[in-house]
Amino acid sequence: MTSITRPEVAHLARLARLDLAPEELDHYAEQLDVILQSVARISEVAADDIPPMSHPIPMVNVFRDDVVTPGITREEALGAAPAAEDDRFRVPRILDEE
Amino acid sequence: MNDLTRQSAAVLADAIASKEVTAVEVAQAHLDRIAAVDGKVHAFLHVTTDSALEQARAVDAKVAAGTPLGALAGVPLGLKDVLAMKGEPTTAGSRILEGWRPPYDSTVVARLRAADIVILGKTNMDEFAMGSSTEHSAYGPTHNPWDLDRIPGGSGGGSAAALAAFEAPLAIGTDTGGSIRQPASVTGTVGVKPTYGGVSRYGQIALASSLDQPGPCARSVLDTALLHAAIAGHDPRDSTSINAAVPDVVAAAKKADVRGMRIGVVTELMGEGYQSGVSQRYSESLDILRELGAEIVEVSCPHFEYALGAYYLILPSEASSNLARFDGMRYGLRAGDDGKNSVEQVMAITREAGFGPEVKRRIMLGTYALSSGYYDAYYGQAQKVRTLITRDFNAAFEKADVLVSPTAPTTAFKLGEKLDDPLAMYLNDVATIPVNLAGIGAMSLPIGLAPEDGLPVGMQIMAPAMADDRLYLAGGALEAALIDKWGHLLIEEAPSL
Repeated sequence: MTSITRPEVAHLARLARLDLAPEELDHYAEQLDVILQSVARISEVAADDIPPMSHPIPMVNVFRDDVVTPGITREEALGAAPAAEDDRFRVPRILDEE
Repeated sequence: MNDLTRQSAAVLADAIASKEVTAVEVAQAHLDRIAAVDGKVHAFLHVTTDSALEQARAVDAKVAAGTPLGALAGVPLGLKDVLAMKGEPTTAGSRILEGWRPPYDSTVVARLRAADIVILGKTNMDEFAMGSSTEHSAYGPTHNPWDLDRIPGGSGGGSAAALAAFEAPLAIGTDTGGSIRQPASVTGTVGVKPTYGGVSRYGQIALASSLDQPGPCARSVLDTALLHAAIAGHDPRDSTSINAAVPDVVAAAKKADVRGMRIGVVTELMGEGYQSGVSQRYSESLDILRELGAEIVEVSCPHFEYALGAYYLILPSEASSNLARFDGMRYGLRAGDDGKNSVEQVMAITREAGFGPEVKRRIMLGTYALSSGYYDAYYGQAQKVRTLITRDFNAAFEKADVLVSPTAPTTAFKLGEKLDDPLAMYLNDVATIPVNLAGIGAMSLPIGLAPEDGLPVGMQIMAPAMADDRLYLAGGALEAALIDKWGHLLIEEAPSL
């Protein structure tokens, strides 16, 4: 498997929404490379005819009855918000205003 | 009654119900003990003094009125800080949740309340349960009560240390790759990772959803079983919760019998890489089990050597997805919101400020393993290895009723020793990880002190899915034989602090 480059690490950080410092990018590029090389051994045994397992217990579509039950109140939901306004979460701008 | 902090949960529950002591006296004795020793141990991130005494007073009122009591009424407990408790700080060991108070109880907490258990506070842990030492807690490490310069295990080092320091007779942990069992091993305490789906994950801050499982921790097998029974069972709020009867773990712990039981020694989980004193105590314990009437057989699980690799792809993948919810919008930390930065910039600044190095490392690793072009090579391959490991277990359980191994390759290592070497840290979980990948149940119980360093060694017992009672049947028998040999539980030999 290919080794991981610094520009790739910067790209991953953007995907993961992590504003990493330049020295962190260097550090993680090195460490991820070491970790990935050590875990890559699994491809020795993961043959094409082995089915993947995503979950220990096979289960599909567990539904509850469609009945209204009490949940947390609006006040409780907003109680821990970093910023709230007019009974809503206040968030930074999402679209350019111009 | 002598020192209330030295008693078992079973004894305390009886003494409170029979009015020999009050729940308030028991709670206060433990709060006093925490005040006296936790400055050295740092097992607790937050002590819920007011609510603990309030819960204890409610138990005493029930006793006085003759109202039916919960199963462990008045017994104090330390709660791992990864489980939501309404109105009390819940940080998962992270700065990003500093000051957050959940508006709801996790199902585990709801069941503890129903059992009239008194919650003393929130215990320390590696940030978001990522680690084997509690050194990745944003609030500083926990110290092992057996030797304050050593790690108490992780991620649930706070819960295990609280037990070993006699700050609480019961604790709750969560186990994704060994976070209940490895701390139990290195602190001379007992911990059980139930079958996946046996205890509800509702209100547990998720690390890797297909591996995570809350479970009981205590100083004896019976106390662990009593707590297991109190928290287990189907929960409609967790879609992966098993909708079936919980095995009778309390009866199994009381029966404590291995006569005729086939106990499988996993040959891949011993020998090279295991500390000599660990191997020695392990081998002696196998002899004891044989003397007790068990049949010891060897089993081979050839794919276990790939478990660590598969785990360190599956866990970061699931974690990078689960931790996407910490974006600074609805709760928790928000940084960089100066009116000029975009929402995406605020998220990135918040996450950089709120997450520690191990969490960022695993998010990056998971993002890589799931990213376009690499998914098949990494995550897809890891899921196949998971199938192979489960097949190894299935084949082994054809030959044996339970499997055993040392819980961890070493006794407690020194604080700081492996902090800068993630791979060395990950290796500490080599014997515990296969269990989580297959979703079965396992216990760690103390089997003695390693002669070379005088530190506790743990044995792991593994049982097929939904047969958690076998853990207690075998663990209880071994514990009883060891008490006969030593005259007391191993934990009685821990330093008084």
